[in-house]
Amino acid sequence: MTTLVYLIPVALFLGALGLAGFLWALRSGQYEDLDGAAERILIDRDDKAK
Amino acid sequence: MSCCAPGAEMALDLNASTSALPSRQEIRLASRSLDGDLRQTDLSVPSVHCAACIQTIETALGKLERVEGARVNLSTKRVSIRWRGDEVPSFVAELGRLGYDAHLFNPEADGKDKTLSDLIRAVAVAGFAAGNIMLLSVSVWSGAEGATRDLFHWFSALIAIPALAFAGGIYFRSAWNALRHGRMNMDVPIAVGVSLAYAMSLYETMTHGEHAYFDASVSLLFFLLIGRTLDHVMRERARTAVNGLARLAARGATVLRHDGTRDYLPVDEIEPGMILLVAAGERVPVDGRIIRGVSDLDCSLVSGESTPRTVASGEQVQAGTLNLTGPLTIEATAAAKDSFLAEMVRLMEAAEGGRAQYRRIADRVSALYAPVVHLTAFVTFLGWIAASGDWHRAVTIAIAVLIITCPCALGLAVPIVQVVAARRLFEAGVMVKDGSALERLAAIDAAVFDKTGTLTLGQPRLVNASSIDPAMLAIAADIAAHSRHPFSKAIAQFAGFVGQPKLDAVSEHPGLGIEATTAGSTWRLGRRGWAGWKARTGGEGKYGGYGGTVLSKNGRIVASFTFEDATRADARAAVRQLKDAGVSVEMLSGDIANACGDVARTLDIESFTPALLPSGKVERIEALTKAGHKVLMVGDGLNDTPALGAAHVSIAPATAADVGRNAADFVFLRESLLVVPLALDISRKAGRLIRQNLAIAIIYNAVAVPIAILGHVTPLIAAIAMSASSLLVIANALRLQGSGPHASARSTAPDRRSGIGALARSS
Repeated sequence: MTTLVYLIPVALFLGALGLAGFLWALRSGQYEDLDGAAERILIDRDDKAK
Repeated sequence: MSCCAPGAEMALDLNASTSALPSRQEIRLASRSLDGDLRQTDLSVPSVHCAACIQTIETALGKLERVEGARVNLSTKRVSIRWRGDEVPSFVAELGRLGYDAHLFNPEADGKDKTLSDLIRAVAVAGFAAGNIMLLSVSVWSGAEGATRDLFHWFSALIAIPALAFAGGIYFRSAWNALRHGRMNMDVPIAVGVSLAYAMSLYETMTHGEHAYFDASVSLLFFLLIGRTLDHVMRERARTAVNGLARLAARGATVLRHDGTRDYLPVDEIEPGMILLVAAGERVPVDGRIIRGVSDLDCSLVSGESTPRTVASGEQVQAGTLNLTGPLTIEATAAAKDSFLAEMVRLMEAAEGGRAQYRRIADRVSALYAPVVHLTAFVTFLGWIAASGDWHRAVTIAIAVLIITCPCALGLAVPIVQVVAARRLFEAGVMVKDGSALERLAAIDAAVFDKTGTLTLGQPRLVNASSIDPAMLAIAADIAAHSRHPFSKAIAQFAGFVGQPKLDAVSEHPGLGIEATTAGSTWRLGRRGWAGWKARTGGEGKYGGYGGTVLSKNGRIVASFTFEDATRADARAAVRQLKDAGVSVEMLSGDIANACGDVARTLDIESFTPALLPSGKVERIEALTKAGHKVLMVGDGLNDTPALGAAHVSIAPATAADVGRNAADFVFLRESLLVVPLALDISRKAGRLIRQNLAIAIIYNAVAVPIAILGHVTPLIAAIAMSASSLLVIANALRLQGSGPHASARSTAPDRRSGIGALARSS
């Protein structure tokens, strides 16, 4: 019982961290061009090529 | 250059040049100021579709002078360019050089879609809460007791608060709005059920009760929000695709001031009396009168006439017509708000009939459903009071009835089917702009088509190519390549013969034709009377219609060309399929009776009315509506816009005028007209599935409600019953996706890429 009192908040905190991460990604525009993000991984950056 | 070779598509693109590239002034007008002298321009680039495209465009544009950076958005097929200074960098030309057509589009009211991010945030919060509460609930169901159970309930209550605030807020606001206006929608029983479930569970938790429904209220919100978000995403995608189409109306015009200076002004600032310069390839911005210049005007989008009109000084021109061959100087006779276009918009607003009165199936069902459910819960409460006299028990059971009847399945029954249907149509190149449009389309029994630009492509096609000497045809094609007149473009398609004399000087005579010289001889391609100046022996006038175009060598006619307006691909099959589906087909046109008769015969349409004014089309549709028909209007011109608004439901091709595209419920991006019967077929199937889903939801209630009334429902039973009914409804909706593709769906090449190609071609 006493373990539950702190284990559940810990679990919820970790879950909330994930949620916050998702909301941050949403706000910073990472979901605005999903098709583009999938294709951009194929582009070599210039600084690597040199 | 790039893997996707947009050049291949360009080769097919014969009508691209009708829409001139946006001028620098126009781009500047459409750009947004960021800060300081930094400006941003958004362009629609429909042919972008892979990583190589992204890289080519971004590096090439980034190298241009004064360009800060370019960013391609592949999902929306747009590129946004940030640049500095007063002069617009030549990025449209640069894109053209790379092989990508770029154009300006109608910007949305505000750049970002707030509703969508609200919805996604709500789904995320509700999903988090539902998952965690469900974990705690499972422990309770599997036997947690006493203090542990209370602890779990308290945690659940806490987690549910942000979910109710974030996710529930959407439903509470919508329900409150509906109630305030004395209406009823599906959100009312949802809001009532969720909030009562929460309140009762909180009371139970405080009194160390056994049953709490936190999981039910939150997972209900989660499921419903998923449906709502999918619905929104689908419509948003359609809207973005339609918005990305090239603007056809002019954004501004070059004004010639009295002191000789030239200004580029937005259309709204043009006043009557101003002198405007309209170059060949531009659209006339406002109604006006020609002061100088001779040209041919393409009126197909405005009046539905398929043959270009030759105009000279002194004549009136209407806003929206396309100047084909020569530069014109016109005096504006009306401001934009009094122009033909604005008049059409007013007519359309006045005609708005069928769809304003239409009430969606979900709303009609909920108007019946909510009172029945709430009454049942109330009667249950009274019944238990009378039977047992136990207040607490009576309230608990009444709320259990509300929770079990909370329209989880009902709330999903309609939107989920429409999402699947809209997705299938999207794949076929049809954009659904409104969920209720599918319901309305399923009900139609009469279809009214516009002729020019809808049943036909609005472009002439050479019909007697086989009877013309190939050498002559090749010369004519060479000459014709120098003009943007529709007849010239039809002839230019037959180029490719090598060995003909090389053309030296080519000059276009607006309203007459094109003159070219080769070694020693003068060739003319154009009107019979002008080109064949040595052979005026009664050929003129006899041919009528399109027959008057000839090629002459030194004044002697060597070939004559006959054109007809090419019908859209599969138009005949589309008409037949509509008739098979029990829909009467009719054609309304602003064109002359002869041209209409030809098309009607080719396409097997029995009834047609030629030479109609825009108001005439509306009257015809209203007459049909009065006779009890539900009318589908398919049209593209400015003159069809009021009719698009008046009809029960409307479809427009991507080539339609801007207002028409915005007014129509559906916009199709491909050339084939078979999408019309396809859309009808899918909407009817969707209607059937919606009715099945409603039946499933009602059967579920018929089984579950008696159990709830008798007081046997526990949170576990509620959770299982609600999830099961939702899954059943979703599975049923997915049958639309899997149901064997309609014959027409296959022939319209269900490939997204080719849809984009068509978009590029048609824009």
